[in-house]
Amino acid sequence: MKIEEKLYLLRWKHDKRSHIAIKDQRVCLETCGTKWKRPCTTFCPASVYAWDGEKTVVSHDNCVECTSCLLGCPYRNIDWKLPRGGFGIEWQHG
Amino acid sequence: MSAPALLFERGERPGVKNVMGGVMYGRMLADVVPEFWKTAPMERVVTDERLWLTTADSVVTAGHKHLPHSVEPPNAFTVLRVPFDGWFAAQAEAAGALLIPGTTVEDVIREGGRVVGVRTGREEGELRAPLVVIADGANSFLVQKAGLGRPLEPNEMALVVKEIIALPGAAIEDRFTLDPGMGATIEVYGAVTRGMAGYGFIYTNRESLSVGIGALISQFMETRITPWDLLEGFKAHPMVAPLLRGGVVREYLAHAIPEGGLRAMPRLFDDGVLVVGDAAMMVNNLHREGSNMAMAAGRMAGETAIQAKRAGDWSARSLSRYRELLEASFVLQDLRKYQRLPDLVEGRPDLLHLYPELLSEAIHEMLTVDGAGKREKQRRILRRLLARRPWWRLLRDAYEGWRAMR
Repeated sequence: MKIEEKLYLLRWKHDKRSHIAIKDQRVCLETCGTKWKRPCTTFCPASVYAWDGEKTVVSHDNCVECTSCLLGCPYRNIDWKLPRGGFGIEWQHG
Repeated sequence: MSAPALLFERGERPGVKNVMGGVMYGRMLADVVPEFWKTAPMERVVTDERLWLTTADSVVTAGHKHLPHSVEPPNAFTVLRVPFDGWFAAQAEAAGALLIPGTTVEDVIREGGRVVGVRTGREEGELRAPLVVIADGANSFLVQKAGLGRPLEPNEMALVVKEIIALPGAAIEDRFTLDPGMGATIEVYGAVTRGMAGYGFIYTNRESLSVGIGALISQFMETRITPWDLLEGFKAHPMVAPLLRGGVVREYLAHAIPEGGLRAMPRLFDDGVLVVGDAAMMVNNLHREGSNMAMAAGRMAGETAIQAKRAGDWSARSLSRYRELLEASFVLQDLRKYQRLPDLVEGRPDLLHLYPELLSEAIHEMLTVDGAGKREKQRRILRRLLARRPWWRLLRDAYEGWRAMR
């Protein structure tokens, strides 16, 4: 089962306003790529982060709010905030 | 408006933001909600607990099974957090708490060093209270905002992914050899975590299985294994797949689990504030306990608040009673007992793979009837063991293991 199919099962209340921001794209481009190969693109369980060759692209609508990226970005370069009240993932089973 | 307790919930209703494995423990819940078993949405009462040590193509199993207890409360039972938390919050409301859903608490309000309330994301959303109990879970924002703890390291938190896989109840009872309504848990160590420090689990619900696996975030960073690949590999393991056959995946979930233990624990109290549960690192990962510690800590926080209210004193000195209660209970005693375990697990993830392999090979050798005498087989096992690990390292592993768990 692919990650896209897994995410397709989930329900969110999407917020147009993103709760995630990359603080400094230069860190992703210049430092993280060679040293860490941008681990956010592999450890994030909802495939929120992707590298487009120049910058880290954030699909905040995919986020399942596990908070791994707060600790897993080697440069603490991800500004992740809790979604506004009532928005974000809505688990059906938990 | 005056209520004895306000309960903030950032989801639209309680539970929709919460995930756990999910084994819940009866004793600690009964201390909070007497006779909960008459109304709580339990999935299955756990009567069969199994431990699996896997290699790529084999498993060594240990376990304990007992008859369903006739005495209440049940020791352990499985839950799904969305229905369970809806029920749990209703109990709090029935006891007089005022539930405020759809509201994110973004910060604590401090005045002159004291915590005097919370700031929510709502307009004019400041609320003042003599006591704030921080219970916002793993990777707590509020613990840091309140200045009670440092940011955590990636080796102090695990990332776990799981799926809810629907199966008819009768099929679950057949496959796991269970009496109706009874449940099994399987903790799965070894090859399934692909060299990372972590473990998988299979828990039975009424009409579904909770199947999950996780490892330290630091190890996901290093190995670049994606969580969903890890989960797919676990589900496809030759010993796991037959249990899931024909099941339909209903939900895919991810959650962080505190693994830092005592060394990563924040300060538990200060003027006007207490910290409970995952936010306070109260997880005993070796025994997959956490919900019990959170409920026990919640009760002790409540008892501390009652005393503080009577005395009219919400200072740190008055609230230090909370820590004393925790010290006198299994919560801090167990966290202290296993305080060396995180270092062992993180520093030596190979142990979690080497020993299942050696054990599996040894048992396989003894069970293979090939004409060799049993003494010759013992010699073979010892030779293979020492080829993989010299005797002095075996001794060191045993000593370190004993030291971390005694």
